[in-house]
Amino acid sequence: MNQPEKEPTSFLRIVGGIGDQALYILTDLGRMGIFLLFSLLGAFRRPFRWKEVIKQLGFIGAGSITVIFFTALSSGMVLGLQGYYSLHKFGAEGMLGSAVSLTLIMELGPVLTALMVAGRAGSAMCAEIGIMRISEQIDALECMAIDPFRYLISPKFLAALISVPLLTAFFDVVGIMGGYLAGVKLMGVNGGAFFAGMEQSVTNHDIRLGVIKSFVFALLLVWICTGRGYFVQKIRGAGFGAESVSKVTTQAVVLSSISVLVFDYLLTAVLL
Amino acid sequence: MSTEHVAAVEPAIRFVDVSKSFGERTKRHLVLDRVSFSVPRGKTTVIAGGSGQGKSVILKLILGLLRPDSGQVLVGDKNVSTMGYKALQELRMLFGVLFQGSALFDSLTVFENIALPLKERTHLGDDEVCARVAATLEQLELTGHEEKFPAQLSGGMKKRVGLARALQLEPKIVLFDEPTTGLDPVMTKEIYDLFVRTQQRLGYTAVIVSHDIPQIFSLADQIVLLNKGELDVFTDASQIPSSPKLKIREFARLVMGYQTA
Repeated sequence: MNQPEKEPTSFLRIVGGIGDQALYILTDLGRMGIFLLFSLLGAFRRPFRWKEVIKQLGFIGAGSITVIFFTALSSGMVLGLQGYYSLHKFGAEGMLGSAVSLTLIMELGPVLTALMVAGRAGSAMCAEIGIMRISEQIDALECMAIDPFRYLISPKFLAALISVPLLTAFFDVVGIMGGYLAGVKLMGVNGGAFFAGMEQSVTNHDIRLGVIKSFVFALLLVWICTGRGYFVQKIRGAGFGAESVSKVTTQAVVLSSISVLVFDYLLTAVLL
Repeated sequence: MSTEHVAAVEPAIRFVDVSKSFGERTKRHLVLDRVSFSVPRGKTTVIAGGSGQGKSVILKLILGLLRPDSGQVLVGDKNVSTMGYKALQELRMLFGVLFQGSALFDSLTVFENIALPLKERTHLGDDEVCARVAATLEQLELTGHEEKFPAQLSGGMKKRVGLARALQLEPKIVLFDEPTTGLDPVMTKEIYDLFVRTQQRLGYTAVIVSHDIPQIFSLADQIVLLNKGELDVFTDASQIPSSPKLKIREFARLVMGYQTA
């Protein structure tokens, strides 16, 4: 006769819970990895969706110019003021141009641009794809034998990979002008010294680091935001319907922002 | 239609001992329990049952959007359950699908929605696409609504646009997921009439999932009834009360009000 099954002890329940969570994380990572691969491959599948890429460039790139402008201007001005007060103590105001430009090109430009784009366009991409998933629009694409990656996701990847580095360059220029305004026009630092310091200290290596970071951050944010939306129904604890889309959108922005900050440190440590 | 007549028709789709369950590893919910049935080619099969009994799951299994836990789903002689991505894409060219919520692309107009499969899956020029979409719009009495977005349409209109999109590539098999849910009786009749007209014209195999019982049975050449994982197949609604399966008889008695044996 069969013995009745024993209730698991609390220790076993905890171990089981950890194992279950580990399996979920592994499955999720695998899913997201395959999603990334298909999204990148989709960009090379015919027919190309250039019109959609241009539309997304407008949304992710041109649409973010205002927010990037104000973020860059204020960051640059704050850097100019802070840098002036710090350098003034050592009589090294002439280094202000160098300090402002290096900080912006290598760190603040790529990071703040990525965070702004994640908040503005990343959240919108995640919500759009999430809603398409729960209203069966993505299923409809698959049923019509239309590859949803080529049709829907890859244009967003391409647009982000083009527009985020360009926005970063725009951020750097506006930020340096902000630093110039605060340091030279407001605090009276010599303008020639400001630009001469910048010219002497900024090397191709520094610019390359900024460009690599902007590409990596663009990939991270578009991957996480579109991927979370695409798998909205598979994310544990997200709930159902509109609630799941709102929760997953918040999660996508938080996750992509954290990833940008973590990768910022890793890339700096490896490439500096 | 007699049982022999339906049985003699070559099956377009076959389910062989298919099981499917959902949920977390420790709390699995068995939706289909080793079910087997065939969908005859060129005929209408109605899949009926209560909510949450796995009717829509059957459609998703046919399309390869879900994989069975065990068993085989065959479309023609091809096993959908083991197909790769590319083979599935090719197979789906055979299908048209009308989704429960119509699944129209809400950022595209009615015209763009109907034209999408033609633009993406054929090499037709813009003029030819326009002409074909215009003809479909006229057949489905949607002329004048081309520039509207799905949010501006009534429920019945959305279904008609969904059907127009599903039929654009003249599919061999059309799957209908709850085609009349949320519609009033007049709209429901209109959708049924539209179904009959388009099937007569195109001769497709139809699989209709519905809980519009017993009205939906009037369209059926074959009825597949589902309850609590069990399934039985009938060629006429009058056979349902004498089903040998207990859960099917229970469904007939409780939901359909039949006196069962």
